[in-house]
Amino acid sequence: MAQQPVFAPWDDPTQTPLITFQNVTKRFGDFVAIDDLTQHIYEREFFALLGPSGCGKTTMMRMLGGFETPSEGKISISGRDMNKVPPNKRAVNMMFQSYALFPHLSIYENIAFGLRRTDMDKDAIDARVAEMLKLTRLEKFARRKPHQISGGQRQRVALARSLAKAPKLLLLDEPLGALDKKLRQDTQFELMDIQEKTGTTFVIVTHDQEEAMTVASRVAVMDEGRIIQVATPDAIYEAPNSTYVADFIGDVNIIEGKATRKGDKTHIAWAEGQPDIIGSTTRDFSEGQTCHFAIRPEKVAISPDKPDAPNALHGKILDIAYLGNISTYHVELPTGHIIKAQTANTRRLARRSLTWEDDVWVSFTDTAGVLLDR
Amino acid sequence: MKRFSWFNITALTLGFAFLYLPMIILVIYSFNESKLVTVWAGFSTKWYAELMQNEAFLNAAWVTIKVAVFSSTLATVLGTMAAYVLVRAGRFSGRTLFSGMIYAPLVMPEVITGLSLLLLFIGIGLDRGVLTIVLAHTTFAMCYVSVVVSSRLVSFDRSLEEAALDLGCSPWQAFRLVTLPIIAPAVISGWLLAFTLSLDDLVIASFTAGPSATTLPIKIFSAVRLGVSPEINALSTIMIAIVTVGVISASLISKQASLKQQRDEQAAARG
Ligand SMILES: Nc1ncnc2c1ncn2[C@@H]1O[C@H](COP(=O)(O)OP(=O)(O)OP(=O)(O)O)[C@@H](O)[C@H]1O
Ligand SMILES: [Mg+2]
Repeated sequence: MAQQPVFAPWDDPTQTPLITFQNVTKRFGDFVAIDDLTQHIYEREFFALLGPSGCGKTTMMRMLGGFETPSEGKISISGRDMNKVPPNKRAVNMMFQSYALFPHLSIYENIAFGLRRTDMDKDAIDARVAEMLKLTRLEKFARRKPHQISGGQRQRVALARSLAKAPKLLLLDEPLGALDKKLRQDTQFELMDIQEKTGTTFVIVTHDQEEAMTVASRVAVMDEGRIIQVATPDAIYEAPNSTYVADFIGDVNIIEGKATRKGDKTHIAWAEGQPDIIGSTTRDFSEGQTCHFAIRPEKVAISPDKPDAPNALHGKILDIAYLGNISTYHVELPTGHIIKAQTANTRRLARRSLTWEDDVWVSFTDTAGVLLDR
Repeated sequence: MKRFSWFNITALTLGFAFLYLPMIILVIYSFNESKLVTVWAGFSTKWYAELMQNEAFLNAAWVTIKVAVFSSTLATVLGTMAAYVLVRAGRFSGRTLFSGMIYAPLVMPEVITGLSLLLLFIGIGLDRGVLTIVLAHTTFAMCYVSVVVSSRLVSFDRSLEEAALDLGCSPWQAFRLVTLPIIAPAVISGWLLAFTLSLDDLVIASFTAGPSATTLPIKIFSAVRLGVSPEINALSTIMIAIVTVGVISASLISKQASLKQQRDEQAAARG
């Protein structure tokens, strides 16, 4: 994916972050929902929060919106401490997961609602609402009530309403969860487009990792109230910092073994009577340290004959998952490990040479996988 | 099973006869020509005409309506506020106690409520009259309003209020512009309920009314002790009509609102 000029304010020490979480902890009774979290988010970012259910994503958003206050620590926006600032005094708008459209107001009035709370004059409000309606392609529905439009349209109303005040920061809590795949993709691109046009900073919560990968400038993977890794989508996919992240984002094979450094390569002894896996890493592993070798299925090749590759393992096809454009082969090694290998289906089904119970070789280069210490 | 077996029909007839026969007889006899309540002497509306000439009854009717309007309005404001706080405040220690205390007057014998109010008014030296009846009726009608309103508020989507705050409303604006319009049907039916309760209350009113102000139920009750006149029948018929209209419209309003809410929710779920 070629990006135009590189947008990476997080790598630039001269940039000041828009949002700062400083050792933020949030407790509900004894339960720790957010655990000592420190994180910077920069202006014009599209920051995606990803993680299993109950890991604290919504709680983080609600703290940004002002609906919850941190039990400890400090959240600042544009350098201003927000802990005592109520929701109505923040230049932040939130698009609720449930949309929270006002059922007694028309679509028009819903979008105008926030503007009417400012000292904007009536003509300016009209113009702004018209602009929002156009942006979200809702002009035809302006006079209807929320229950008279479809779910996807309602979602766009919620988006238009939260965008209308041109907030510095827009929080989207699973904004596209209810949409079908096609509409979701359209809206994702719409969101990116809006972001490009308006320069708003987005924080988006999603359960859908593909969505996070598509829209985000950076992805944060959370677990149990902590951020495990924050990185650009490609970095988080190609260079996860832990097996948790590797496993959470996409499909992965993980093999546990003991690392030994040999020259610029690292050898992993992972099973009795099997050749070491050869990998490369910039991480430091002490001699014999336990490590995890993680490799994506699409980086594993499968062939009937032994290939000439740094790593080649012999096994038997256990299962084939045909997914249309790709096939995933589950190959069982003599050690009992199951390795997933993925190939693009460039040939027609009938001509594929591999089938169940076939003896095959799985192979990969010495730079295809990553070595993880946890 | 047949829906209209002879057993079902009999049970239904008996039940409704038990409930409504006395009232039907009263209504019929209010149109009786004869002065004797128990002897039918032909149809006439003359007792209604006579009623309109009766100064004492008209005064009592005017007091009753004033009391009902003021007390139900006051009860609606207070009851809505109480319901809002109890539903919204979340868990705080003593919450169960507070909500229990709001509902306690519902089951408290009216005699006790009336007596305690009487003692209070005497204690603070308030002359008994319209004001004291209004206060007394507000006290007990407020519980009913708060029950009606809080049952609506419990199912009210909190995130609507949060969205209003998020868009720049103060908490009061959020209540006025978002919460109140949405729960309005419950508030209105609470008001109608309070109004009808106040209209036909006898016990509490007789404790708190003074010589300067008598409500219709008190007037009727004392008149009946001197013998039932067809005039009373006519008056009671009018009251039955008013209460019936009040109760029916209250239930229609809340039914319609819940239907609409269901529709909206279904529409939302489909989305
Ligand atoms: N008001 C509350 N009181 C008590 N516990 C809460 C409250 N709000 C959230 N929690 C708990 O905090 C944890 C994090 O909740 P949160 O809503 O942030 O999860 P999430 O990451 O958004 O999950 P999901 O993906 O399912 O929406 C959960 O375990 C939840 O039960
Ligand atoms: Mg959530």
